[in-house]
Amino acid sequence: MTKPVIVARGLTKHYGQLTAVKGIGFAIQPGECFGFLGPNGAGKTSTMRMIYGFSPVSAGELFVLGWDVQRDIRQIKHHLGVIPQEDNLDPDLKVLQNLLVYARYFDIPKNIARERAREALELLQLWERREAFIRELSGGMKRRLIFARALVNRPQMIIADEPTTGLDPQARHLVWQKLRQLQARGVTLVLTTHYMEEAAQLCDRLAIMDHGVILERGAPQALISKHVRPEVFELYLSNGAEEQLDRKLRGLPVQVEHLGDALYLYTQNGRLLRDELEGVTGIQRLVQRQATLEDVFLKLTGRALGES
Amino acid sequence: MKAHLSFPLAQVSYRAIRVWQRNLDTFLRLWTTESWPPFIEPVMYIAAMGFGLGAYVTQIEGLSFLQFIAPAFVATAAMFVASFECTFGSFVRMEYQKTFDAIIATPLNIEEVIAGEILWGATRAVFAAVGVLVIIAFFGLIQSPWALVALPIALLEGLMFASLAMLFTAIAPAIDAFNYYITLGITPMFLFSGVFFPLSQLPQPVQALAWLSPLTHAVSLQRALALGRLSWGLAWDTLWMAVVALLALNGALALMHRRLIK
Repeated sequence: MTKPVIVARGLTKHYGQLTAVKGIGFAIQPGECFGFLGPNGAGKTSTMRMIYGFSPVSAGELFVLGWDVQRDIRQIKHHLGVIPQEDNLDPDLKVLQNLLVYARYFDIPKNIARERAREALELLQLWERREAFIRELSGGMKRRLIFARALVNRPQMIIADEPTTGLDPQARHLVWQKLRQLQARGVTLVLTTHYMEEAAQLCDRLAIMDHGVILERGAPQALISKHVRPEVFELYLSNGAEEQLDRKLRGLPVQVEHLGDALYLYTQNGRLLRDELEGVTGIQRLVQRQATLEDVFLKLTGRALGES
Repeated sequence: MKAHLSFPLAQVSYRAIRVWQRNLDTFLRLWTTESWPPFIEPVMYIAAMGFGLGAYVTQIEGLSFLQFIAPAFVATAAMFVASFECTFGSFVRMEYQKTFDAIIATPLNIEEVIAGEILWGATRAVFAAVGVLVIIAFFGLIQSPWALVALPIALLEGLMFASLAMLFTAIAPAIDAFNYYITLGITPMFLFSGVFFPLSQLPQPVQALAWLSPLTHAVSLQRALALGRLSWGLAWDTLWMAVVALLALNGALALMHRRLIK
């Protein structure tokens, strides 16, 4: 087993009275793509910020690339590429200049910075826009530029906090593809996301967080088979139909979950359940599909809305 | 972590220059629009105060009114430029553009970012001082080669005012707060620091108050240098500014750390 590139033990983050991260532990292996999944306020971003030294660790231990974040954050930051949640591109500088000035923060010599900036802009299909002002870019282009900026120091690890939030499907697929290319070159990826599809597509392993703790972790497929049955029926019922349905389902191997007006039935045997549902009157709408990570997520973090 | 708060200047390495370079890059891109006001302002003051009002004033300390006030504008220009740069300028970069957040994801720390900003504010103060010196030399209002020392003095003054401004920026809840800093801090200094009349005109307690104004010391230095009237008192003015600059710089770094690192 190789040495992990991130090790956290009892990692805790307080903001005044609030405890955002409550003593979590995890280890991330070199070259893997590790995702933190969770609703808003789960503690994902706080965890990421401690990894790249933006927020000090309140308690516990955190080692990144073999260094202690509380002592050697400068060395760590030399080798990280950070994609923050918000747009913090430099609006006073043009596209190419953004990368050159950023490279200078890493003490990268000018000629090398130029080469790498070009390479990164070409990779993210922004080279044509190198002389544009930031305000002239679309939201998706800005996001791609932030990504390009994170590459100029040739990072060993990319820390991406919701890398595709706000992107259209084309741009999202482009970003996914580039992240996979980086991973293929041996770069470790650590990301947070709200998108289950993104997590399922990209991540080798996931940690599902809520209220500052890790609820569950593992490979996406393993989590699905562990927590939910493979086939799902989504139902919308008219009044009174629920009782009738309850009688039908009694004794059948079915998991039932509620979310708002909808009812979710999970089963091993879709055909059997479908036949049973045939006889129920008052089903307004019925969708049958495969279980996804989203079902696991909703099951673990609760179906109720709200950022508690 | 505690050590940061007591002497945060110890956290600053050469990397602060990277932030200074960033600001220089944006300045050079915009310099055609940004570098004019410091030149135009003293010309207007000299025209209005010197040639207009000055016609009614006989002599001050053996000088014409124009000779008396002109060198003081080297000091006031440096004060204004450094103060605006590290209040409005830094606040916009910090709060609206999130530039500081972006930089501290790189090997720089927040102390270096703030030190770089202050160094930049001081540099702009020197640019402004050069502007005024050129203008007043053009009007024949410089009488001594000692005026060249005006530039390092303007740098020190710039560091002091940039640090004081940053100290306020670190606690400013919103950008409107700077109106108070300018109206209640900078404007009274401009009026009561010996720019337009000698402080000996003022009642004794007010004179003592004026001694507390950082601008007073910069004005007395710049006037003495332009006129070649050197005295040992000037060493005290220099020391006064150096001590205030150092304290304000350290305080600004500590308060900014507290504001931004959560």
